[in-house]
Amino acid sequence: MIPILGLVAGVLLGLLLDPTVPLGLQPYLPIAVVAALDAVFGGFRARLDGIFDAKVFVISFVSNVVVAALIVFLGDQLGVGAQLSTAVVVVLGIRIFGNAAAIRRHIFRA
Amino acid sequence: MSTDPPPVDPPPAGEDAPPARRRDLPAALLIGVLTLLLGFAFTVQVRNSDDEQALAGAREEDLVRIVDEVSSRGVRLREQIADQRSALRQLTSSDSETASALEEAGTRAAALGVLNGTAPAVGPGLRMTVRDPDDELRVTDLIDVIQELRGAGAETMQFDGVRVGLSTAVTGAPGSLLIDGRPITAPYEVLVLGSPQDLETALNIPGGVVQHVGSRGGSVTIEQVTELLVDALRPLPEAQYAAPDDED
Repeated sequence: MIPILGLVAGVLLGLLLDPTVPLGLQPYLPIAVVAALDAVFGGFRARLDGIFDAKVFVISFVSNVVVAALIVFLGDQLGVGAQLSTAVVVVLGIRIFGNAAAIRRHIFRA
Repeated sequence: MSTDPPPVDPPPAGEDAPPARRRDLPAALLIGVLTLLLGFAFTVQVRNSDDEQALAGAREEDLVRIVDEVSSRGVRLREQIADQRSALRQLTSSDSETASALEEAGTRAAALGVLNGTAPAVGPGLRMTVRDPDDELRVTDLIDVIQELRGAGAETMQFDGVRVGLSTAVTGAPGSLLIDGRPITAPYEVLVLGSPQDLETALNIPGGVVQHVGSRGGSVTIEQVTELLVDALRPLPEAQYAAPDDED
């Protein structure tokens, strides 16, 4: 319940405030969002599996975001930022798909 | 990739459901804050990617090409602006030329109208009355009067209510003279515009008009007027053969 409330509140805040992203953060924000989405899907799946742990969720959420941003940052320093962010998005997308499949199996039994 | 643990890793924690269920307050708060951040960042990113992401995600070569295109487009637009400016300048200058040409044409038309007798004229001049009690004045005498006045600088005149122009003809027999086909009767009233002194002097010279009319039994009275109106009009002659030459 709390995560859904938090999501809704965050979306509303973003719509209301409509801030501009600082230039330095622009390459990292989309990656961070995808990483956090991955953590949320993972948490949802764990919840359905009955193995959800708040500590694990928080840590995985933060570390996912930080690691993803770090990878992109490293890629930028090495001059392959665009390619590395593509790689991160692909990997996270695969994981999201996996989690979504598990969730689907739980909900629809198929 | 091996970050997958979050769901899989904590079987030990998940095994005792009660502790996970009654999640303590700080953890719930953290989860709330994190998801709130996620929602916030998500919306911001969605909003942001609408406009700027197109350029921010472009490669360097693409950006260089885009900058090239934009700058060449700017050059083209600037050339267009210069063209339009010079066109505007030409149009405004030709406009003022047209206005001054029109003004000059107007003054010319007015001057020609006065000379031709198609426009009324006003100015200093003489009012003469030529009496001819014996009906002795002939065509040549009237022509003499007109020529004498012209020679003395008369600019325009009317003879007994008939405007005298370039092609004015005097016809008829003594006593029933015609000017331009219109009958005139003595005494003839002549209105002349020109320098009054010059005109009077010219009329009074020995052997001139006054003496000549006197020798035929008539008389001439001359009155100098400072503001004389010549308002008889002639129809505008229409050239049948001659056409104006445009090369002025």
